[in-house]
Amino acid sequence: MSAPLVEVRNLKQYFPVKTGFFGTKPLKAVDDVSFYVNPGETLGLVGESGCGKTTVGRSLIHLYTPTSGEVYFNGERVEKGNIKQMRRRMQMVFQDPYSSLDPRMTVEDIIGEPLDVHGLYKTKAERRERILSLMETVGLNAEHARRYAHEFSGGQRQRIGIARALAAEPQFIVCDEPVSALDVSIQAQVINMFEELQDKLGVAYLFIAHDLLVVHHISDRIAVMYLGKIVEIADADDVNNNPMHPYTISLLSAVPIPDPDIARSRKRILLEGDVPSPLNMPSGCAFRTRCRYATEQCAQSCPSLTDRGNGHMVACFNR
Amino acid sequence: MSEYLLDVQDLHTSFFTDAGEVQAVNGVSFHLDPGEILGIVGESGSGKSVTAYSIMQILADTGRIVGGRILYKGDDLSKFSEKQMQKFRGKSCSIIFQDPMTSLNPVFTIGSQLKEAVVLHTDKRGKEADERVIELLELVGINEPQKRVKQYPFEHSGGMRQRVMIAMALACEPDILIADEPTTALDVTIQAQILELIQELQLKLGMAVILVTHDLGVIASMCDNVVVMYGGRICERGTASEIFYHPKHEYTKGLLRSIPNVNNMKERLVPIAGTPINMLNLPKGCSFCARCDNAMKICLDRVPEELEINENHKASCWMNVKQAFEEGGAAV
Ligand SMILES: Nc1ncnc2c1ncn2[C@@H]1O[C@H](COP(=O)(O)OP(=O)(O)OP(=O)(O)O)[C@@H](O)[C@H]1O
Ligand SMILES: Nc1ncnc2c1ncn2[C@@H]1O[C@H](COP(=O)(O)OP(=O)(O)OP(=O)(O)O)[C@@H](O)[C@H]1O
Ligand SMILES: [Mg+2]
Ligand SMILES: [Mg+2]
Repeated sequence: MSAPLVEVRNLKQYFPVKTGFFGTKPLKAVDDVSFYVNPGETLGLVGESGCGKTTVGRSLIHLYTPTSGEVYFNGERVEKGNIKQMRRRMQMVFQDPYSSLDPRMTVEDIIGEPLDVHGLYKTKAERRERILSLMETVGLNAEHARRYAHEFSGGQRQRIGIARALAAEPQFIVCDEPVSALDVSIQAQVINMFEELQDKLGVAYLFIAHDLLVVHHISDRIAVMYLGKIVEIADADDVNNNPMHPYTISLLSAVPIPDPDIARSRKRILLEGDVPSPLNMPSGCAFRTRCRYATEQCAQSCPSLTDRGNGHMVACFNR
Repeated sequence: MSEYLLDVQDLHTSFFTDAGEVQAVNGVSFHLDPGEILGIVGESGSGKSVTAYSIMQILADTGRIVGGRILYKGDDLSKFSEKQMQKFRGKSCSIIFQDPMTSLNPVFTIGSQLKEAVVLHTDKRGKEADERVIELLELVGINEPQKRVKQYPFEHSGGMRQRVMIAMALACEPDILIADEPTTALDVTIQAQILELIQELQLKLGMAVILVTHDLGVIASMCDNVVVMYGGRICERGTASEIFYHPKHEYTKGLLRSIPNVNNMKERLVPIAGTPINMLNLPKGCSFCARCDNAMKICLDRVPEELEINENHKASCWMNVKQAFEEGGAAV
């Protein structure tokens, strides 16, 4: 087996949150998360709003300094001291193509920024050539280069963001909800582009999205998060065909399937109640308050991920 | 002639802006029977919300219905006085919006807002109205309603706020519930709860539902009949099975190819080329023409006529007309 490209060990990201007049309380946005991403692979990351997906992505590339835990890239530890060079190889594409690009910059300058930061060209002509070839890669017209980001549609802006992420030739890109803001008919264009870039350039992705069908489609493996922890991680087909964690099971059963016959013959397993506040977490397993299988043990301690065969990891005492 | 619960006939709605007239809805017709769940799906900006707002007559100041009629149980809404319209909005037809936070007033308790709706739309007052509020909250599945009525919107999660909105829309036991993207802002598990709730209430109360969404999965699991919109027009309509299994408009076909195939997840998606149309500058012919791989000359020049494919299915695409002509079936 080849060595992983990215390895995350026991990552914790706590945010101090003011509680009343006295002091603060840590909000455990990411609480002891470990996973790896192989070269050229797509790991999907799913879970309900606020469970910590974006925070995992941001801590991973040190947009936040992790509270604790380690991130290794190609076997080398990512730290404050080397993050600037590391970022050449690890990039991020943001959710909102409307606010993540500076509307007063030209497309050329947005895409060129990483080239400037990392000094990746010798002459102005070389810089321009690189930019035009990146634009071609993501399907943008060369004549768009001198136009401003605000003149483009959502799908085109997302392409600009991806071209910028690709500029420094990364091996790994964190894609945070990269298609959520786009019209369904445009989403497929962008998803296909991610897949083509992976085939051509061998980039690996951490693909965060709330559309579970899209995640299943694009991912090799999928990790499911609930309140700051990974509760299940496995091959994409295994997660979908043989989900084991009670949360994964109800999450998947809640996905509306765009096929009337299947949709009508299916039974939704409805979850009771809402996600607990991350500031007021239940003891033990965080999911137990909504879980049909919960027992005494679940309130006392928190299950860790164990291998159920074929690398199918599940964190549950009862399943 | 049989009378429909709601009958929208050749609706045209425009916005008169500084940049010109935006023809947001261009000749939309459909009808609704009691207890039916009708789905409206389509591209962003295709006129789904404007159609809904036209029915409720709650358009922005610059918007106006410029053509067509909307009949409620045979009566023309445009002939209604403001007072009758208010009664229609309260008693006959209610709407829930996409974002539950912006449609609840943050400075009043949930209870007082619900009570206001009850008092406005029913003849219940005082203690009777309070009881109705509790009953409504129970109906939408909110635990401990006695405690909840004293709370403010920010103390509720997104899913709970959307439930409160539904409770408010149901305050008057309407014949028609219009739900404009009721779950778009919510997580899938909460979405499932809300959809289940709408389905349950539709069965229990027998109300008709117009469900506006861009999520084909939601349409497939909820709707009897589906209307597909593009560029302010209906391009295709029919039963859910007809639309999903035998689409007859190039936009619908493209839409279905651009989502993952549940039977073969690894199959490459086939996107629809091009970008959405500019509503300020509508093409002369078919509005989907510029993005259609099979466009013919006539598509550029003339808006396609709606052709009946079978009794459960109609589509507006020149390709069907051409095919019917070639097969010698229809007189064109
Ligand atoms: N900078 C921050 N300061 C304080 N709390 C934060 C910060 N960023 C995130 N959080 C909190 O951490 C938790 C996880 O947030 P995060 O944005 O990672 O969730 P997510 O899974 O990406 O959700 P979504 O699907 O809504 O994007 C949430 O409770 C959030 O409120
Ligand atoms: N107040 C307004 N002034 C001018 N144009 C408007 C106004 N409201 C809507 N429109 C235009 O009318 C058209 C139809 O808008 P509508 O909100 O009905 O789209 P929609 O199908 O509901 O889209 P979405 O899926 O994004 O909600 C759009 O082109 C929109 O820009
Ligand atoms: Mg996020
Ligand atoms: Mg809308």
